[in-house]
Amino acid sequence: MASSSIVARGALPPGFENRLYDPAEALPRDELSALQLRRLQETVERAARVPSYREALGRAGVSAADIRSLDDLRRLPFTVKDDLRRNYPLGLLAVPREQVVRIHGSSGTTGRPTFVAYTRRDLDTWTGLVARFLVAGGLRPEHTVHVAFGYGLFTGGFGLHYGIERVGAAVVPAGGGNTPRHVRLIQDLGAQVLICTPSYALHIGEVAAAEGLRPDDLALRFGHFGGEPWTEELRQEIERSLGILAFNNYGLSEVIGPGVAGECGVREGMHVQEDHFIVECLDPKTLEPVPEGEVGELVITSLTKEATPVLRYRTRDLAALDRRPCPCGRTGVRMGRVVGRSDDMLIIRGVNVFPSQVEEALLRVDGTAPQYLIEVSRPGALDEVKVKVELRPGDLRDEMRQMIELKDRIDREIHAVTGIRMSIELVAPGALERSPGKARRVIDHRKAAVA
Amino acid sequence: MQIRQLSLFLENKPGQLRIPAKVLGDAGIDILTMSLADTHQFGILRLVVKDTDRARAVLEDAGVVVNVTDVLAVDVPDRPGGLASVLEAFENAGLGIEYMYPFATRERGRYATLLFRLEDPAKAASLLQQHGVRLVSPAELFARAG
Repeated sequence: MASSSIVARGALPPGFENRLYDPAEALPRDELSALQLRRLQETVERAARVPSYREALGRAGVSAADIRSLDDLRRLPFTVKDDLRRNYPLGLLAVPREQVVRIHGSSGTTGRPTFVAYTRRDLDTWTGLVARFLVAGGLRPEHTVHVAFGYGLFTGGFGLHYGIERVGAAVVPAGGGNTPRHVRLIQDLGAQVLICTPSYALHIGEVAAAEGLRPDDLALRFGHFGGEPWTEELRQEIERSLGILAFNNYGLSEVIGPGVAGECGVREGMHVQEDHFIVECLDPKTLEPVPEGEVGELVITSLTKEATPVLRYRTRDLAALDRRPCPCGRTGVRMGRVVGRSDDMLIIRGVNVFPSQVEEALLRVDGTAPQYLIEVSRPGALDEVKVKVELRPGDLRDEMRQMIELKDRIDREIHAVTGIRMSIELVAPGALERSPGKARRVIDHRKAAVA
Repeated sequence: MQIRQLSLFLENKPGQLRIPAKVLGDAGIDILTMSLADTHQFGILRLVVKDTDRARAVLEDAGVVVNVTDVLAVDVPDRPGGLASVLEAFENAGLGIEYMYPFATRERGRYATLLFRLEDPAKAASLLQQHGVRLVSPAELFARAG
C-alpha cells in the first residue's frame, strides 16, 4: 500500500498567525471523547428512525442503548455508497421532509448521483466547520475570496461560499466557466484567496502565465483546495506557478461536504473536526483498524447531522491518521493526504497502482507539467498502460536526444514509483481535455471490455 | 553569422505535418529548407524561413509549439572528399555536431550548403572561420534561396 509522505513545511509568512475560529477546535481530548459519546448515542437514535438503518442495526443486534463507550462504535453496521443509491433519492432522510432546507448531490462520476439533505441546523453546523478550516488557513474578514468551484448540487461551491461569508470575508462567487474569465476576475477584483480543485488551480496558473501574467501581477496570497486527491509535489507546483500558499481540505457530500477536515498553519495533515465526526482508519479488506499511522480506508460517522446522518460510512478514501498532538493547539486527529481511493486503485499486472503515484513521478521530472492521462488496456493477456503527458511550451528541446531523454526520465520515475513499466507519450500543450470539476486522469478500457 | 531556425513539436498523428505547412502557406511565408527528425511517437520539424519572427507568431497562433534555435550555414566544396575536409576542421576546432541537414541552394557544382547545429553557435562560428571553413551569412543564404 502506498505510504503518504508528510513534508515539513516550515514557518508561514506574516499574516498567517494561528487563530482559532471556534474554541471547540482545541477541546481537551477527554472532554472531546465525552462529547463524541453523547453525540454518537443521539446519532444512532436518529438513524434508527430511517427504515434502512433500523434494519441494519437490527441485523447487527445493536441499538442506541448499547452504545456505552466509544469502542461500541465498532458494533455499528457499515454504510456504503450503494446504500445511498438503493435509497434513491432521499430514502435515508431522518427528519420530516418539511425540515429539509437544502439538498445537495454527489457528482455522479461513478454511477447514479446520490443526494444528501440538510436541516437549517445542519447548514449552520456545516458553515461553521468551513469557517474553522478557512480561518486556520489564514482567512480574515478583510480578504476577498475567488470561488471557482461550480455552484450546484456539488457541495464545494455553496459550502465554501457560506463559510467565507461566516468569516466575514468578501466572496466572488465566480462559479464554473472559462478560465481566462477567472483570471480576469481575480486580477480586476484583487482576490487574495483562491478556492477550487487543485488541478484547476494549476490550470488557472497556466492560463495566467499564457496571458503574460507573472505571479506578482495577481494579488493572490493563498488558496484552499480540495475535492480531489492531490500530491505534495502538486502543492509545490501550484505554489510556484501562482506565487501563493496552498492549503488542503477534505470532505465529501455523503458526510456533509467540505469541512470534515482541514489544514492548520503547520500544514502537516488536516485536523478532523472530531466534535462533529468520528473517523476510523481501516484495512479495506479485513475492515480491522490498520496499525497506528498507516494508510487505510477512512470510515466516517457523523455526530451532529440531522437530515441525513451516516453510520460508519465507507469513504473509499485512503489516508493515514496521525494522533500526535499538533503545535497549533487543535486537538482533532490529523489525516494525511488522500493517497487514492480503494476503488480507483488500478491493478496492473497484479500490482496496485494509484493515479496519484503517476502524478508524483511526473512531478519529480523537472520540465513536465502535471497534466496527464493514464490509459489502461489489455490488448492480449497482459495489461498495458499508456501515460499521455502534456509538454509545456518551454519543454520543447530542439535536439531529439534531449526530448528522448525527457521521455526516458519520465519512464524511469514512473517505474521507480509504481514498479510498473508504462509507455509514455508526449503530447502538445493543451492537448488533454481540461474541466473545472474533477480532472479525468484514468481511462480503463478493460472495464469497458468486461461490461 | 547564425541562421535562426524554427523547431516545431509534432505529435505522431495524421495532419500534424500539414498544419504548419498550411499555416505558413496561408501567411505567404516561403519555407527555404526543412528537416524532420522523428521517433515513433513524436517528431521535430526544423525549418528555415526569411521572416522567422512572423512565422513563429502565426504558428503559435495556430497552436503549434515552436522554438527558435541558432544554426550555422557552411559551404562544403562540391567534390568527393569535400564533406570530410570540412568535418576535419570541426574536429580540429573541437566542435561536436548535434545534427546537420542540407540547405537547398543554387550553388550546385561549386558548393553544397549544409546547416549544422552546434553547442555554442557564436563561438563555433569564429573557431570554424579560423579553421578555414566557409560560413554563409543569413543575407547571402536568403539571396541564394531567391
